[in-house]
Amino acid sequence: MRWPNKAFASCDARLPMTNDGNHLQSGDCWQPTADLPYLQLRAALLRRTREFFFQRGFLEVETPLLSTDTVVDQYLEPIGSTILSAKQPQHLWLQTSPELAMKRMLAAGCGAIYQIARAFRDGEKGPLHNREFTMVEWYRPNDKMEDGIALLVEFTEALLETEAADCMSYRDAFMQHANVDPLTADTSRLAQVATAANVAIPSQFGDDRDHWLDLLMLELVMPHLGRKRPVIVYDYPASQAALAKIREDDPPVAERFELFYKGVELANGYHELLDAEELRARAITANEKRLAMGKSLLPVENRLIEAMRSGLPPCTGVALGFDRLLMLAAGADTLADVMAFYGDRA
Amino acid sequence: MATYSTSDFRKGLKVQIDGEPYLVIDSSFRKPGKGNAIYTLRMRNLVRGTILDRNYKGGESIEAADVEEIESQFLYRQGDNYVFMNTENYEQYELTAEQVGDDWRFLKDSTLCQMVLYENNPITITPPNHIVLKVEYCEPGAKGNTATNVTKPVKVETGAEIQCPAFVEIGELIRVDTRTGEYIERVKE
Repeated sequence: MRWPNKAFASCDARLPMTNDGNHLQSGDCWQPTADLPYLQLRAALLRRTREFFFQRGFLEVETPLLSTDTVVDQYLEPIGSTILSAKQPQHLWLQTSPELAMKRMLAAGCGAIYQIARAFRDGEKGPLHNREFTMVEWYRPNDKMEDGIALLVEFTEALLETEAADCMSYRDAFMQHANVDPLTADTSRLAQVATAANVAIPSQFGDDRDHWLDLLMLELVMPHLGRKRPVIVYDYPASQAALAKIREDDPPVAERFELFYKGVELANGYHELLDAEELRARAITANEKRLAMGKSLLPVENRLIEAMRSGLPPCTGVALGFDRLLMLAAGADTLADVMAFYGDRA
Repeated sequence: MATYSTSDFRKGLKVQIDGEPYLVIDSSFRKPGKGNAIYTLRMRNLVRGTILDRNYKGGESIEAADVEEIESQFLYRQGDNYVFMNTENYEQYELTAEQVGDDWRFLKDSTLCQMVLYENNPITITPPNHIVLKVEYCEPGAKGNTATNVTKPVKVETGAEIQCPAFVEIGELIRVDTRTGEYIERVKE
């Protein structure tokens, strides 16, 4: 088989621009962006992932990519699809993660499950983002947050062959790298920290406290996370709970955890929210914030809420960006190097 | 005035920031999985050459710079200034030595350069990537020495000195890479 060497270097995002900002057209845009050895490594890590979960008794499942339901998240843009063949054109969403369907399976009593699935997120494009990507997602009933963290540490060791991951709270991560308490500091204090650290602040950035926390996370904290070995950050601010349970500490924190390695965010886990009405309330809040940001409303009612009313077992779940994991394992610095057809070549 | 929104951001855009034109030399999208996206632009000031980093939140937009690229021909040097002509309408433009920078080394009569105009004033020129220059003076090389790793300074027709292999002789033509200022090869007439 003829395999183009360094195919990516000659095309796509790395091509110089013409005057009007368009990419120059080149004859070899049909070629993969990744070199063959990286795709071989992809296959090897997929096999290792399946082996890891098989050994621990997880059931591999597959759920629909297209669904009438979608996660309502302030910051995730689902891609819609219209089925024209039906009598009335039907609108379906490509999943932003397999979360809704997998939790419906958990509610039906399937036990520990995992899935290697494609997820789609509109508008995400860059060295660490691609509109379509591979997500490994797993759930284990009866796991507390600590058990979920322990399992993620094991997975990281098995896949990346690194030392065991460190663990630190979100608060400690901010105290250490930004010298501010992210749970108690108000917006003006966070703005002060950003200014003092010469962070470039977008004009009219607004006063959403979580936007400021995210800015400090991206600029001051994340680049330092997991430099030597992977690190798991846990106990997120309650305002960033997403679908995690909130623990009534003082101040309350979300039982949410994330994995970072070499400054790259790799996985997000929750001690899962079980309360259907709370889920519904969070979706409504997310929609209100979407509206304020000029984004479209997403459907609040879905079959996960029904499933949770019937009873979701206590569990912890994790979603991991497989392409990023592969990128770090390969020592590459862009997803283009590890995805067969990255970006515009899809 | 045209604007670019964050979803249009990419390398190569020419934008107007605080009343000055910038070329986007790097564009990045960063976003915590469950968080707010930040778009970062690294830009080079097209007049002063300084670098500026700016962050933007999703949906923000910035003005496009009134920048045009034209083909121009180098005519002659006038004191410290360099005179070029727009090959389409024969309009003449003068650039200062500072604006031309190190590229004076590659400017011989009639060289075709890309010129960037900002609000109709020239701000930069870019010579072709490769250019052929005549050797005016150099020390003679040792006969039969074809090694390329032994170099010597060679004075070319523009007055610039280029490091060349020892075998290059007076009167020969050499091809030079204008991006690195390095000798590439000898050229037959």
